[in-house]
Amino acid sequence: MISLTSPVETHAHGWPAGAKIGALCAATLVLFGVGHVVWQAVFLGGMLVLYALPGRQFFTVGLARLRGLWPFIAIILLWHVVTRDLTEGILITLRMLTAVGLANLVTITTRLTDMMGVVRWLCTPLRAIGVKSDRIELAMALVIRFTPVLIDKGAMLAMAWRARAARRVGWRIVTPFAVLAIDDAEHVAEALRARGGL
Amino acid sequence: MERSLTLIALFAALIAALGLIPKLTLAFGVPITAQSLGIMLCGTVLGAKRGGLAAMLFVALVLIGLPLLAGGRGGLGVLASPSMGFFIGFPIAAFATGFVMEQMGRFPVAWAAGIAACVGGILTLYLFGIMGMMMMLQKGPVEALLLVSAFIPGDMIKAVLAGLITAALARARPASVLSRV
Repeated sequence: MISLTSPVETHAHGWPAGAKIGALCAATLVLFGVGHVVWQAVFLGGMLVLYALPGRQFFTVGLARLRGLWPFIAIILLWHVVTRDLTEGILITLRMLTAVGLANLVTITTRLTDMMGVVRWLCTPLRAIGVKSDRIELAMALVIRFTPVLIDKGAMLAMAWRARAARRVGWRIVTPFAVLAIDDAEHVAEALRARGGL
Repeated sequence: MERSLTLIALFAALIAALGLIPKLTLAFGVPITAQSLGIMLCGTVLGAKRGGLAAMLFVALVLIGLPLLAGGRGGLGVLASPSMGFFIGFPIAAFATGFVMEQMGRFPVAWAAGIAACVGGILTLYLFGIMGMMMMLQKGPVEALLLVSAFIPGDMIKAVLAGLITAALARARPASVLSRV
């Protein structure tokens, strides 16, 4: 299973994940606290500089991840053209781009294992009240392992559908798909019990 | 215990897989992403507690950087996007769906699951979605509702499908539909 971590090594890859997330929270609070469009443009510029520092490949691949926001940007700007308050629309758009860009930056410079470390740390209070956090980690590992397995099985179901039907793949494959997931779950549960259980 | 854990994990994987397989097409040619259908099924099949946990597991994995959301999105940026409310609302929506499902034990599975999916997967989820839009885009509730209203008909169809699929699962694997066991 691929994660979103960037293959381009940056200095930020080595920084502690918790510190990066803390800095992101602080930056986001500032972004939402400042209500002036010029400042928001400056922040966006700063975000772009951060993306540009590790080199061109990092910059283009990183910013391509913001593409998914364009429908929102179009709607927001259109909305504010209609309400004749374009400055507000530009402010919201700039803030959204910077906030998502910075958050993505933390994600792409942090390895999955480091993020898991943060999850483990966040689970500390849960352990104090008796929740077994190793079960949470086992469940996470199972999802990471079984998502590609299920996607493959789903693709097989879709292919089988296409081989038999002239119509496009419809919702009817969701039932056998869910049955496959349930059967996998039962088999894995049995395997876990056979190995001594939880 | 093992069974609960693996069912929770596999349903979290199912939510992800439903969002990542190529889009499904409804009879009249409307493409839908099935991810929110996955959230509804978590509640209708696994019940409130386990369904909510499965959706929470999915949310946690997206946040730590796996590209599991429809369209391969993921990471902390999801929390800063306008659709953040829907994402945060996933576990609560699955829990609410499961809760309603469990309360309707005397009704036929398909009807109970359909109604539960409407209450959890639409009412509850949109409540969070609209609050998220209001926060991120600084809009009023009516404006935010207007922005998301285009998706409501599609989700109504998904709630009906969740009912039909849950009924089919209750026939195929009755012991695994934990909301009815």
